[in-house]
Amino acid sequence: MSEVVLNTGDTAWVLASTALVLLMTPGLALFYGGMVRAKSVLNMMLMSMVTIGIVSVLWVIYGFKLAFGYEANSQWYGAISLSGLGSAVNELTNNGGVYPIPLLAFAAFQVMFAIITPALISGAIADRTKFTAWAVFVAIWVTVVYFPVAHWVFAFGNKVGDTVTGAGFLAARGVEDFAGGTAVHINAGAAGLAMAIILGRRVGWRRESMRPHSLPLVLIGAGLLWFGWFGFNAGSALGANGIAAIALLNTQVATAAAALGWLLVEKIRDGHPTSLGVASGAISGLVAITPACAFVAPWAAVVIGLLAGVFCALAVGLKYLFNFDDSLDVVGVHLVGGLWGCLSIGFFGSSTINSLGLNGIFYGGGTALLGKQAFGAFFVLTYSFIVTLIIGFAIDKTIGLRVKEEAEVSGIDYDQHAETGYELTTSSSGGFRS
Amino acid sequence: MKLITAIIKPQKLDAIKEALVGAGITGMTVSEAKGFGRQLGLTEVYRGAQYKVDLIPKIRLEILVSSKETDKVIKVIVDAAKTGSIGDGKVWATSVESVTRVRTGESGESAI
Repeated sequence: MSEVVLNTGDTAWVLASTALVLLMTPGLALFYGGMVRAKSVLNMMLMSMVTIGIVSVLWVIYGFKLAFGYEANSQWYGAISLSGLGSAVNELTNNGGVYPIPLLAFAAFQVMFAIITPALISGAIADRTKFTAWAVFVAIWVTVVYFPVAHWVFAFGNKVGDTVTGAGFLAARGVEDFAGGTAVHINAGAAGLAMAIILGRRVGWRRESMRPHSLPLVLIGAGLLWFGWFGFNAGSALGANGIAAIALLNTQVATAAAALGWLLVEKIRDGHPTSLGVASGAISGLVAITPACAFVAPWAAVVIGLLAGVFCALAVGLKYLFNFDDSLDVVGVHLVGGLWGCLSIGFFGSSTINSLGLNGIFYGGGTALLGKQAFGAFFVLTYSFIVTLIIGFAIDKTIGLRVKEEAEVSGIDYDQHAETGYELTTSSSGGFRS
Repeated sequence: MKLITAIIKPQKLDAIKEALVGAGITGMTVSEAKGFGRQLGLTEVYRGAQYKVDLIPKIRLEILVSSKETDKVIKVIVDAAKTGSIGDGKVWATSVESVTRVRTGESGESAI
């Protein structure tokens, strides 16, 4: 076997993708920030921004090894040790085989996934969560949920010759998840549901108007997410090649179709296609195509996207049926979209598109792949939901998860951050406090 | 002296302002207001959740006039504000005891 040497084109693409995926989290902050009321826009955006800080630091200390180490030779976690990235400057990435990119590029790319996953959860707990409690939650949640689950799904092990050590539980079982339908979206969606249940409903839920305060912010955020998602999905090829290209193309067409699907539901059901609908539809398509983007043909991506838009547009109504305040629809978009995306590979997966993938039902592969996908999806869902309930409960009983009712009513921004998002009056209402 | 207060549709402000200036009015105060009358509220839909918006944006015009001009000014406002559909607003006049111009200190009708 010839020695793999570093490829500059592949490395350049992964480095660029890393920056693209980072941009998704500030994009998410805008997407979520516009959807809440003006009195809590800053808290909503800060929950995403502080997650970038916390998770990045934990990642270089131990997170990378916990997710992508192989020393423990465990299917459940990588290794419990320091990440030790300082000594890896000349190492190539080995993840079920050697990739011609630096290990550090892979480590930097993967931390962006670890950042956005907990940030997604914040949409379920808008307007009412104590900021320090959120920070503690993020640190614990990534440690016991995200890092291990990333190992199950994304770690294909250290391959030396024909021997693979430390491959993840779901990766080794052949669950196909190209860029994180399970580890990112189902994981965040199930955790969001658990946290919305633990926290309880916002004061005035279903009584007061909780209309989005700035739909232009929502649309800017959706645009940045869409843009960054090309790095998320096509970057997951870990190289500049045909797999990256099909992932990128599928990401585009699925997202476009999902935006149309959501608008179609609104036009038929409510009479008006809305701007929040087009933004939400696009995100639902991005979510659904994430696991499938490198395993399906472009026509299938259109079908997956269109149905994602329709399913998610209908699913966001579930919270009113079951009476839980998943404020910004993390369940309706990420859990439902993630489940559909994972299962869709069982129908549309094609080994002609990707020789590493199996054929799904529509390509004569029978139901075997669908079964694997369902197992992987529900395994992650169950683990994330139960463990998040435990973490949320423990934080609530110690630090306390929720701000005081007066603070919630008058606005969490002022209570938690001593700031307000907008100063629009021309008359002065105070002066410098020396 | 009278204070004329008019609640109007926001999109009618420019037309009313022009008509009043044409009729010789020298000043007015405009503020944004919200309210309801016989016009029912609107329904807005966000991700399928319907919100009833029953306080609708309006403009409140306030104009000081001499008593003898009151009827003429009200007619100018009503003519310019009318669309014929529900929600066109209301105009009323109240008596004013005194008016003083801040810059010169003059008071009474010459201060209008």
